[in-house]
Amino acid sequence: MLLKKKKTKGEAEVPSSSLADIAFLLLIFFLVVTTIDVDTGIGLVLPPLSDEPPPPIRERNMLKILVNNQGLILVNESPSALRDVKDLVISFVDNNGEDEELSESPQMAIVSIKTDRDTPYDIYIDMLDEVMGAYRELRDAESRVRGFRSYEQYRTYVDERGLEDEIRDLYPQKISEAEPDPGV
Amino acid sequence: MAHFKKKAKAKQDVPTSSMPDIIFMLLIFFMVTTVLREVELQVRVQLTSATNIEKIEQKRLVSYVYIGPRVLGANRYGDTSVQIDDDLVEDYRVIRRLMYDKLREQPKLIVSIRVDRESEMGVVSDVKQELREAGTLRINYSTRRDPI
Repeated sequence: MLLKKKKTKGEAEVPSSSLADIAFLLLIFFLVVTTIDVDTGIGLVLPPLSDEPPPPIRERNMLKILVNNQGLILVNESPSALRDVKDLVISFVDNNGEDEELSESPQMAIVSIKTDRDTPYDIYIDMLDEVMGAYRELRDAESRVRGFRSYEQYRTYVDERGLEDEIRDLYPQKISEAEPDPGV
Repeated sequence: MAHFKKKAKAKQDVPTSSMPDIIFMLLIFFMVTTVLREVELQVRVQLTSATNIEKIEQKRLVSYVYIGPRVLGANRYGDTSVQIDDDLVEDYRVIRRLMYDKLREQPKLIVSIRVDRESEMGVVSDVKQELREAGTLRINYSTRRDPI
């Protein structure tokens, strides 16, 4: 009897004091994980509607890109391959008045994109991607001159200190999207 | 002194034995509720991919517009349609009002346009024109990242 009593006295409980902590960890895990999925895409700002006619733009400051319903690309009326668009945009924007035909300065350069109503969407996006790539390359190059790894790094640097984004002002992305031609 | 001792003896612990249960309840609550409310798509949206893309970090600013061929059932697709929230948009002029209301609620609204890769620009620019009418000028063509 004496022996038996001793045995029952020794409690064999599983330590449960850390259960709350484990549950907390799981809770935090789920809170974090469920917001990780970020949307990606090409950001643009549409021009506001206004009744006034657009301000006159000099011919040389506008790069006209046209994508027709066959998915063929015309840059300033000459047919171009998709992979050449980026270089064309870079030389157009970063011309700084050197070439008579191209833009006077990056701030004045406007890329005008025109599509037909039945232009395939994916070709349009591919072309827009190239134009975005051109601007990114220019901004990255300028960021490297200022001692940053990339424009993205410069942006976080600027955001943290609340400074003016000078590179964006230097290479503003002026993309104008004209109304599509009504297809025949 | 005796008086003080008496006070110290009285147990003042908050019972913590039920704490794990409470936390588990919270955990289960979050597990259930944070499942992203995916809109039931009535159009097919297979996104294109691109390289030079940006992330939208503030998801609460985003409102979606879906454009793609209407799903009619087992692998059959109808005409290209526009879906906002849970409904198909028949008349594009409705977009103007819908988006204007959303803009009033969230002045920094970003409209993410999720377009099927086989769509044509006509519908996209009609929608874009409506967005301009509504004043929601910040848009985002949703694309996936190109596998490099």
